[in-house]
Amino acid sequence: MKERRSIGVATVVVAALAFSWLVSAQGLWQSFLRALFPAQPVVLMPRDTLAAFVLQHLALVGISSALTIAVGIPLGIFVTRRSGREFRGLVVAATDLGQTFPPVAVLALAMPVLGFGFWPTVMALFIYGMFPVVSGAISGIESVPKAVLEAAEGMGMSPWQVLLRVELPLAARVILSGVRTSVAINIGTATVGAAIGTGGLGVPIIGGLAVQNMAYVLEGAIPAALLAVLADAALAQVEAAVTVQEAAAG
Amino acid sequence: MIRLEDVTRRYGDKTAVDSLSLEVAEGEVCVLIGPSGCGKTTTLRMINRLIEPTSGHIFVGDRDILSMPAEELRRGLGYVIQSIGLFPHLDVAANICVVPRLLGWEKQRMAERVDELLALVGLDPAAYRHKYPRQLSGGEAQRVGVARALAADPPVLLMDEPFGAVDPLNRERLQAEFARIQRELKKTVIFVTHDIDEAIRLADKVAIMRDGKLQQFNTPEEVLNHPANKFVHDFVGADRALKRLVRVRVADVMRSPVTVLADADPISLQEAAGRRRFAYVVQPDGRLLGWLDTRSLAEGTRPAAAMTQMDVAEASVRPDDSLRDALSRMLGLGFRSIAVTDKNDVLLGEVTFAAVEDVMTEGDEHVSNQPTEAPE
Ligand SMILES: Nc1ncnc2c1ncn2[C@@H]1O[C@H](COP(=O)(O)OP(=O)(O)OP(=O)(O)O)[C@@H](O)[C@H]1O
Ligand SMILES: [Mg+2]
Repeated sequence: MKERRSIGVATVVVAALAFSWLVSAQGLWQSFLRALFPAQPVVLMPRDTLAAFVLQHLALVGISSALTIAVGIPLGIFVTRRSGREFRGLVVAATDLGQTFPPVAVLALAMPVLGFGFWPTVMALFIYGMFPVVSGAISGIESVPKAVLEAAEGMGMSPWQVLLRVELPLAARVILSGVRTSVAINIGTATVGAAIGTGGLGVPIIGGLAVQNMAYVLEGAIPAALLAVLADAALAQVEAAVTVQEAAAG
Repeated sequence: MIRLEDVTRRYGDKTAVDSLSLEVAEGEVCVLIGPSGCGKTTTLRMINRLIEPTSGHIFVGDRDILSMPAEELRRGLGYVIQSIGLFPHLDVAANICVVPRLLGWEKQRMAERVDELLALVGLDPAAYRHKYPRQLSGGEAQRVGVARALAADPPVLLMDEPFGAVDPLNRERLQAEFARIQRELKKTVIFVTHDIDEAIRLADKVAIMRDGKLQQFNTPEEVLNHPANKFVHDFVGADRALKRLVRVRVADVMRSPVTVLADADPISLQEAAGRRRFAYVVQPDGRLLGWLDTRSLAEGTRPAAAMTQMDVAEASVRPDDSLRDALSRMLGLGFRSIAVTDKNDVLLGEVTFAAVEDVMTEGDEHVSNQPTEAPE
């Protein structure tokens, strides 16, 4: 069991290294895209290097997802507490609404407040990725069997002890799968941020669509897809790590 | 040890528990019983403050439970529930140590306690310590649940239908083990059940409830012999005489049997048999081999040759068995008496059908159909 996990972790690390090498190999992309689109005079967007686009993208996703997680999980926990139960419906409805909105609309709404650029996009992504995190936290915690909670309380655990020693460990898997979904959504949605001048892998995609240069589009789309796969695999490892005890029990 | 004074709990218009007063002495098993919805669980959960009473007072060891922090109170009250509620992410040892860990015990002490408790509830520590709850059968999980409740050696145990979810065979086994553990540990126990047989078997006192009100609170013998009202009478059932047998141990009514040695001389055999017709044949060390009919003995045969061999495990009872066990063995075998042996098959005595009959009819009297007031 432990062995299989370290193999999994090693695979993810190797894949991450391969990915960073790939996106910094500017020459390789040049020849690859030129072979695909021989008619295009320019196949890589000159505004920045591919590595720079990837880094901008990572910054966008990293910051917004970190914020989403930092706010979403506690929010989910809060509405499952006795004191916060009355807000449960409101929070679920609000986060649900946040996701129903198209991300561009969220951007448009964020713009007047936060202006152009990086932070409005972070804001939009933060809101957009909130739903899976909050609903994952709620359903994870609510999936803990009532009998287990009654036993925990009946044995004299304080509410904090019940949360930390019983609810969170048992909910971890569901909470993390919410996080996984949210990050995957964010990586894709972050490309839209380019529309308001954020940078990231959306720049070659949107720029390529504007000037009808498919090579640019691929320059952004392929790394974005790889990044999504990579992030998902990495989070899958985290998920496996927190649920390993239960798996051993099965 | 535990005292409820005029305790009431209302849910809106509904009164789940209606001015209930109870007192359970230290080391006593009090069984709460009554039809579904009569307020048993509510009563139990008010004692550990999972539910707050609407009015009234509850004392545990002379302290009003409202005067201490709920968590502190609960750590002194072992709690076992029907659905057990073992923590699925913790192994058996960690499950048992939940309260010791809350109390900050040292690792070594906790490990020793785990082994001690597993042995107490009849599970091999080496085999079970590191299992996870989902690897346990229902009966095993319930044993772990009991071990967990006992972990920090609380003076009081609260048990809500602890054996309600296990099959009848395992259930009897768990009851027997609980009785054994209780004889050893002498906890003050409040035990909720639906099952009148379980109540009669385990209780020092039975509290019969209906619609939140106490109907009768007394020893099982009193409840069986003198039901306080028609409800109790009907609840206890028509087979009160049989139920009474559950309360009497074989050891209490057995008499000394007529025995002969397997290799005894036929002459002395006639004398030993005296006026009783049947005799048990034993070895010199007292182990039971079979029985014989002294009248049909031919002169000169030794008991070993004339006896009918017995499957001793099948055809005998133990001193700790109840008279009901003895009766059902007798009926099953078609005998008018049954041998009592220890675990090495050594003959200790016999129980006769007549002795069983005496217990069944003793204290039997008619109960008026007039409901009377429940006594305090
Ligand atoms: N939270 C609640 N809200 C409203 N009514 C309740 C609540 N809890 C219990 N009751 C009611 O109080 C009564 C007593 O319930 P309780 O659970 O104590 O019964 P019980 O004797 O344990 O029954 P059972 O044998 O089915 O477990 C029931 O009629 C039940 O419907
Ligand atoms: Mg109940």
